[in-house]
Formats: sequence, structure tokens, C-alpha cells
Amino acid sequence: MSEATTRHTRPGGGVVQVTGELIATRRAGAYHHLTFVAPGIAELARPGQFVALAVGGPTSANLLRRCFSIHKVSPSGTYGGTVDVVVAAHGPGTQWISELRAHDEVDIVGPLGRAFPLPKEPVPCVLVGGGYGSAPLFWLAEALRARGCHVEVVLGAATESRLFGVVEARRYADGVTVTTDDGSMGTKGWVSDVLPDVIRRTGAAVVYGCGPMAMLRSITDVATAEGAVAQVAVEESMACGVGVCMTCVMPVVDASGVTKMVRSCVEGPVFRGDRVRWDAFSDGLCRVPDDAVGAPRAGGH
Amino acid sequence: MTTTTTTTTVPATPAMSAASAVSAVDMSVDLAGRHLPSPMMTASGCAANGRELGRFFDVAELGAFVTKSVMADPRSGRGTPRMAETPSGMLNSIGLQGPGITSFVENDLAWLKQAGARTLVSIAGNTSGEFADVAATLRASDAFDAVVGVEVNISCPNVANRGLVFACDPLASAKVIALVREQLPRDVPIFAKLTPDVTDIVSVAQSCVKAGADGLTMINTLLGMVIDTDLLRPQVAGVTGGLSGPAVRPVAVRAVWQTRAAMLEGRLPFVPIIGVGGVRTGRDALELVAAGASAVQVGTATFNDPSAPVRVGRELAGLLHDKGFERLADVVGIAHERVAR
Repeated sequence: MSEATTRHTRPGGGVVQVTGELIATRRAGAYHHLTFVAPGIAELARPGQFVALAVGGPTSANLLRRCFSIHKVSPSGTYGGTVDVVVAAHGPGTQWISELRAHDEVDIVGPLGRAFPLPKEPVPCVLVGGGYGSAPLFWLAEALRARGCHVEVVLGAATESRLFGVVEARRYADGVTVTTDDGSMGTKGWVSDVLPDVIRRTGAAVVYGCGPMAMLRSITDVATAEGAVAQVAVEESMACGVGVCMTCVMPVVDASGVTKMVRSCVEGPVFRGDRVRWDAFSDGLCRVPDDAVGAPRAGGH
Repeated sequence: MTTTTTTTTVPATPAMSAASAVSAVDMSVDLAGRHLPSPMMTASGCAANGRELGRFFDVAELGAFVTKSVMADPRSGRGTPRMAETPSGMLNSIGLQGPGITSFVENDLAWLKQAGARTLVSIAGNTSGEFADVAATLRASDAFDAVVGVEVNISCPNVANRGLVFACDPLASAKVIALVREQLPRDVPIFAKLTPDVTDIVSVAQSCVKAGADGLTMINTLLGMVIDTDLLRPQVAGVTGGLSGPAVRPVAVRAVWQTRAAMLEGRLPFVPIIGVGGVRTGRDALELVAAGASAVQVGTATFNDPSAPVRVGRELAGLLHDKGFERLADVVGIAHERVAR
């Protein structure tokens, strides 16, 4: 495995491109949980950041990288630093990744994107995950508790097999609430049904969320109504993950109140929920708001 | 000197072979009067404006860094989804998102200059006059000395009226090129970026060169479309998009070949061709060079491998070395001499 070395790293770049070696893969309900030896990533990564995996090998017909939020890292494993991701096989790329076997190699770029901001004071926090969107929340919980924050986790999914990390949540958080659409585990309903009560009971100042867009929108609405700040990690489809393809853009309001189409891979994936222009999203599309900088005039772009 | 065609994609001893090949082969290019130490470039719209890829390699290592097409004003681009993966390629429908030329020269070009990057600035416009205005602002900028050329993007398919793609019409192309040429000093070469989506690419090339283009960049993306078969609607919000990636490489090779052939036949003055389209490996780059390209851009492959633009250059040098060539320039258009008759 002399090839499993860090390549194309520039000092201070904050990101590495490495040939990762898969050392463990296991089913986790409807998902696959993979551990790669990927030297250099663990030392740089923080909760909320993601990695971009090339799929199909060097002659693959699937050129676009698949991006996954980092589930956890370990800087000093037996074989070198490791990085864990959780994958749902729903297309040819994720299918390929989920079928990898121990010692298979994958080109990995990371860590990418902006991490979850951590509060300066030890305030109570609620972490909300939809489906395998919960993957990055556990080491976030660890980081928050290390700062003295009271941490509660809310996990939601369509059904029990689509929940991820219920056991880990109990280990890393001070309280766990589970919801499923079909009532197969926990409370029957959505995370937004139980969230107001959890925020009120804990006095949470920050609500962190990761999952589908519609869920992030409702988390933001609930948090805002309860006087908490929402920090959400979005799932936008990306081609490169490194900021060059311009496909993962979304409308976000900046500090001066101006809406811009920003890249979720470099300016996100974590955004303050109340800065995202949720009104632009509907029916699986995102439109450019009329008041966005450089928005199309009559005739479009 | 061996003639074995060892692939350098996965070399046995990467550090050794790459370093020795790079030093052994003269990879320099004279591009319309500008000396470049390497033929390798990023492709416009596939590399942003420098900082992002600067995390992976030294942008000064390239022959030139080609920036994303910039227009007069800030532009949001289209809504999302903006892309669809296709076999060995992708469809994109970005819509020329960008900061506008004023912000570009102050922030992006200034960064490229301090990074030591030779910069080929891609410009676009809704009208021929807008192209000229963008060129004028560029010329007047403090960082203009970092510019080794201007690529005139008259062929982006992601514009509101597809019928207005300038490069589909020789006269419209000529007008844009002539207006841009007027705005720039003679020693700053301009390259017309052409679309293969035309009946006769040579006639468009002729028109551009006659109007003052010092070189040609080919090809831009091909107009394409993908239907989402779950929702039974167009997959990208812009409905149609530009097809790129290894899937279109044979189209690029053909376009470069036809244009170079026209030069050899005396139907077109000899001007340098920058080959672009589906290059992923040194071998792909060599195809374009052998067809007639003096320089090579790496586009969509950068999404797969952020260091592809420099990696492909090392692989190309390795291939030339293995084949016994001492100068890249000796290989430009070589396939035209080797056609079976």
C-alpha cells in the first residue's frame, strides 16, 4: 500500500487528495457505513465538513465525485488516520461505493466545506438529523459537550431501517428523541412535531440540522419561532465538491442583506438557516430569486 | 530511444518517470507570439478563477490558467438542478454565472497575477458591444500584465436564445472578434472559442481569423438534453445544457483535425489551435496535439481529479519521451502526415 499516500497537497491548502483504502464496511439499517484509511484528512477535518469520492476507478464512465459528510475521523488509527462515511445506495455511484470490499482503493478529496460553527458559551444545543443526514452529528455532539454544552439529539426517518445512529446518539448526547413517519420506532410523525418541545425543555440556543432540504426548512422555521439559531448542513448535488463546477449553488442572504447564488461546497454546506432563501425551493427545483444579485431579466439566462 | 507505448496513467515509478520525462522533452509553446513553458491549460468554466485549484497545485505550473467566462455585469446564472451525469460526461446548464468584469479584475485577476499565473481570460457578452466593453475594462486593469491572451467565448450554449450563439454564424462571429480585437493591444493574442454544433466549423474559423483572431480554441460543449425518467421532465432547470467530458473527445479531435487540414490545404492561415474537449489523460491530450492542437485544455476531468490539468501535462511529456520525441512542437498535427493513402 505504498500508493496510499497523500498527493497533491499544498501547504496551507487545508485539503488533501489521497488514495484511501477501505478497511471496514458494514450495513447500518438501509445504509452502508465505511471506514477508509485516508492519511491527512482526519488531522484537518471538523464536524460538518465533507469528503468527495471518485467512483468506478480510473477509467470510470461516472466522472462526477460523490460527496458525503464526514461521520467521524480518527487521526491515529493502527493504519494511519481514518475517515468514516455513511452511504445510501441510490444511484450507480453510491451503489459502486456500497459494494466496495476491504482493501479496495478510492480517491478521496477532503476535508471540504465549512464546518458547523461552535458556540463560544456552553449553551444548550439540539442536533436534528433526517435519515442518514444524522451522520455528522455525533462528533459534533462530542465537540459541543467538550465545551460544556448540554446536547440533545432528535433523529427522524420514514421508517426504523432508515434511521441512522440511534445507539451512538444515546452514547454521545444527554437526551435522544426519535420520530418515524410510520411509527415503527419512537414518536409517529416528523422531527418538526417534537422539536418545539425539545427546544423549550432544554432552553436550546442553537439547533443544528442535517438532512433533506424540506426538513432543514422546517427546522429553521421551528428554531426561529422558538428564538434559537438554526445552523443547517445542506444536501445539494455537486459535481466536483471543490468549488469549480458551479452546479451546487443556492440563494443565500449575506450579512448585508443581499441575496447571492453561492456554492454550497465552499460557502456551505453549513449555513445559518435564516439566511437561506427557502422560498426559492419547490418541486425539486431551485429558482433564482428576482432580487438576487445578477438575477435574470426578461428572457432569462 | 524506445518506442514502447508505456502508459503513464498508473506509472510503476511515478516520481522518476514524470520528472525525467518533463526535463527531457521541450514542452514549450509559442502561442501567437506568447511563449508558454507548457501546453497545459485549464478550460474555461471548469476551474473557477484560480484560488480553488490553487489548493491542489501551483497554478503557475500551467502554460496558462483559463478563467471562467466573464461578462460586463454580475450574473446569477440559472436555477438548479444545473447538471446531469451522462455516460463518460455530463450536461451542464450554469448560465454564465459570474462576478462581472470589474469585480473580476480587482479580485480574481489580481489573485492570479500575485500567484504568478499566466492568464488566458475568457470573456462573453450578450451583444458584440458587450464583448468589446469587457475587453476594454480588462485592458485598463492593473493586473492586465498577467494576461497572455483573451479567449472570446462566442459559443456558450447556455444562453437564453440558443439561436443567438454567435459561433453558429460566421458574420456574427466576425463582428465580435473584430470589436474585441480593436480593444486590445496587438501583442495580446485573442482566441475565438468555437462550437462543433455547426455544419462547417472551418467556415466559422475562417471568418474569425479574417476578423483578427490570432488563434482558435475548439471545442465548446455540444448542446444536449437529459430527461428525468422518474419525473418525466427535463433534468436540468435550464432544459438544455452543454455536453462535455470524454464522451465528446472524438468530436473535438475531429474539429481540430478539420481545421488543421484546412490550414494545410491553404484554405485558412496557419494560426495556433488550442484543443479542448474530453481530455482526461496524457494520451487524450496527445490525440488533440497529433490532430493539430498546439496547446491543450483540461475541463470536465478536473471535476473528477482536481489536479488533472497538471497531471495530464506530466503524462503527455512522459508519452512524448517514451516515443522518442524531443519537442512537443514536432508532434503538432503529425497525424496529418501519417494518413494511409
